[in-house]
Amino acid sequence: MASSTRVTFPNKFLPYLLLAPQLAITAIFFYWPASQAIYQSVLREDPFGLSTQFVGLDNFRRVLGDPNYLNSLQVTVIFSVATALIAMALALLLAVMADKVIRGKGIYRTLLIWPYAVAPAIAGMLWLFLFNPSMGTLAHLVRSAGYNWDPLLNGDQAMVLIVSAAAWKQISYNFLFFVAGLQSIPKSLIEAAAIDGAGETKRFWTIVFPLLAPTTFFLLVVNTVYAFFDTFGIIHAVTGGGPGKATETLVYKVYNDGFVNLILGDSAAQSVILMIIVIGLTAIQFRYVERKVHYG
Amino acid sequence: MTFRGTSLSLALGIVLASSTSSFAVTEISWWHAMTGANNEVVNTLSKEFNESQSDYKVVPVFKGTYPETLNAGIAAFRAKQAPDIIQVFDAGTGVMMAAEGAIKPVADILSMGGAKFDKSLYLPGIVAYYSKPDGTMLSFPYNSSSPILYYNKDIFKKAGLDENKPPKTWPEVWDAAKKIKTSGAAKCGYTSAWLTWIHTENFAAWNNLPWGSNENGIGGVDVELKINAPIYVKHFQELADLAKDGTFRYGGRTSEAKPLFLSGECGIYNDSSGGLGDVIKSGMNYGTGPLPYDPEAKDAPQNTIPGGASLWVFAGKSEEQYKGVAAFFNFLSKTEIQARLHQVSGYLPVTLAAYEETKKSGFYGKNPGRETPIQQMMGKAPTENSKGVRLVNLPQVRDIQNEEFENMLSGKQTAQQALDNAVKRGNAAIKQAIGQ
Repeated sequence: MASSTRVTFPNKFLPYLLLAPQLAITAIFFYWPASQAIYQSVLREDPFGLSTQFVGLDNFRRVLGDPNYLNSLQVTVIFSVATALIAMALALLLAVMADKVIRGKGIYRTLLIWPYAVAPAIAGMLWLFLFNPSMGTLAHLVRSAGYNWDPLLNGDQAMVLIVSAAAWKQISYNFLFFVAGLQSIPKSLIEAAAIDGAGETKRFWTIVFPLLAPTTFFLLVVNTVYAFFDTFGIIHAVTGGGPGKATETLVYKVYNDGFVNLILGDSAAQSVILMIIVIGLTAIQFRYVERKVHYG
Repeated sequence: MTFRGTSLSLALGIVLASSTSSFAVTEISWWHAMTGANNEVVNTLSKEFNESQSDYKVVPVFKGTYPETLNAGIAAFRAKQAPDIIQVFDAGTGVMMAAEGAIKPVADILSMGGAKFDKSLYLPGIVAYYSKPDGTMLSFPYNSSSPILYYNKDIFKKAGLDENKPPKTWPEVWDAAKKIKTSGAAKCGYTSAWLTWIHTENFAAWNNLPWGSNENGIGGVDVELKINAPIYVKHFQELADLAKDGTFRYGGRTSEAKPLFLSGECGIYNDSSGGLGDVIKSGMNYGTGPLPYDPEAKDAPQNTIPGGASLWVFAGKSEEQYKGVAAFFNFLSKTEIQARLHQVSGYLPVTLAAYEETKKSGFYGKNPGRETPIQQMMGKAPTENSKGVRLVNLPQVRDIQNEEFENMLSGKQTAQQALDNAVKRGNAAIKQAIGQ
């Protein structure tokens, strides 16, 4: 097509005006805080901001040399991978099952979507009420069954608890997308495979799963970002990063060092590192993982 | 035309608003961290003060837990939106003291209220803790507390222990706890709130042992921790050993252990005297006793150090607001108010007159044990080990200790390793905080 048929705006000002709200939001909620974080990360400041001193990259050096930082990196990887895997696998299983139901499809779907409406901190509190060793109902059952359930002191159990809460909350979201993805797969393909003698498992892995790849990839990105950032409320409500530092993720450490311990420089340096990690992760996901995704 | 019209009315509005406020009441904002019964006390006091005069209006705002309230205040100060009064917990005292430009000493404010400020009217141990080394009182001691021992009398009876004899020393506590556990009187013998405040800071003062160098930070900001001395190691190893079979149950870093005691799961419990309200509310058959001491410490028991919180006033407010704060603090210092506060809440009275008044009224005779927290703190003149603990980053150093204790109680490390790590990491954090 010739370029003359393209829609053009005679008004030079209008496109900028239409873009302005989005640009303003990006500038106010991303560029401004991000630049503040970079600025703070090279400063040393007292909690009240009464004295400020430029220290160059000292904060970064200290953060990266801190064994606790490496520990929280490890915690974050374990937490994010576990949360994303569990949330996606269970959601896929539920979506495939819900797809087969003939009667009451709508009810199943609605009920499965509900947990998504629960705020992270509330989700954390719900799980805490069930599993807190001193007052939790289910914790009481587990303990009276003879199992020493004590996430207040046992780091692995604390991790299981927050992964469960975080994954539980995200299953609904993933479920919604998987259901939509399943609906867009042509029934004729599956029927043809069935006629050729492919069993249910074979049909799923050779037809359904590959055709769901765009959805799966999208959810992988969303779930990683979710596990990194949106789970703060859950961790804050359930474990507070403890016991010891067993559930202190990178984001939680930023909060803890900055807002609890009031070491703003170190906290800002960690935010900057976190920003770099997320930019890197997203770039890798789009460059390498996306190439393998087949958009049907 | 419309645009000009609105801006005109806006301008008029601003003029009107500013002119009315000059003869309206001055609002005094008060950020606090009090929940439950103690929150009601805050609201009642503000209401009574507001009704007692017509120039000032105190507006209390709940801001979350102690650390959250402190952080909210600091963030507000940075944004130039600080409240007039903020309640800061004991561990935050050093943080506030280090911020000289951000606060206005309460001693200055009280003398602005017209009445002459006389420091000798207040309880000396508490006032000393909230004063600069030169003696200037920096904050108003609103709610002071001291750690005491609570025990469940029904469980004591079931375990064959004397319900009128609370254990006095740590070995007695361990023995009683073991007896409760082995007799099946309760699932757990002993639990404690605030391991840091009770088992290191008060353990040091009560047994007259150094917690850190430089008089635990009272004498200067450069402090080296001493909590890995053998007597602390022995104490914490005993706790860790009791945790193995559940004789000691850990509840959490602050007062999360309270439900374990209130539900009857544990028979003995250490907490602040300010926690008394909830124990009374639960309706259980309880008894109290002084904080246990270590019989191997030759000067024990010495005296306990103040806990709880005090009220700080931010700098940069108007003269009128400071006068209002002064009027409010003078109101809080009134004998009848202090006596009532002390009697309903379990916190200590701030003035000597209120203490005398409570004594005269026969309150302590009718309520045995209620004088304990005061006697603990005032019984002996404080030594350099027992004036208090002060660091510019005490909340952080407490968290470091909590992390190491948790790793010890879960069996990952011994008490020696936990305390060595706590000292090493704590010292590094202190050095960083004071800029060395």
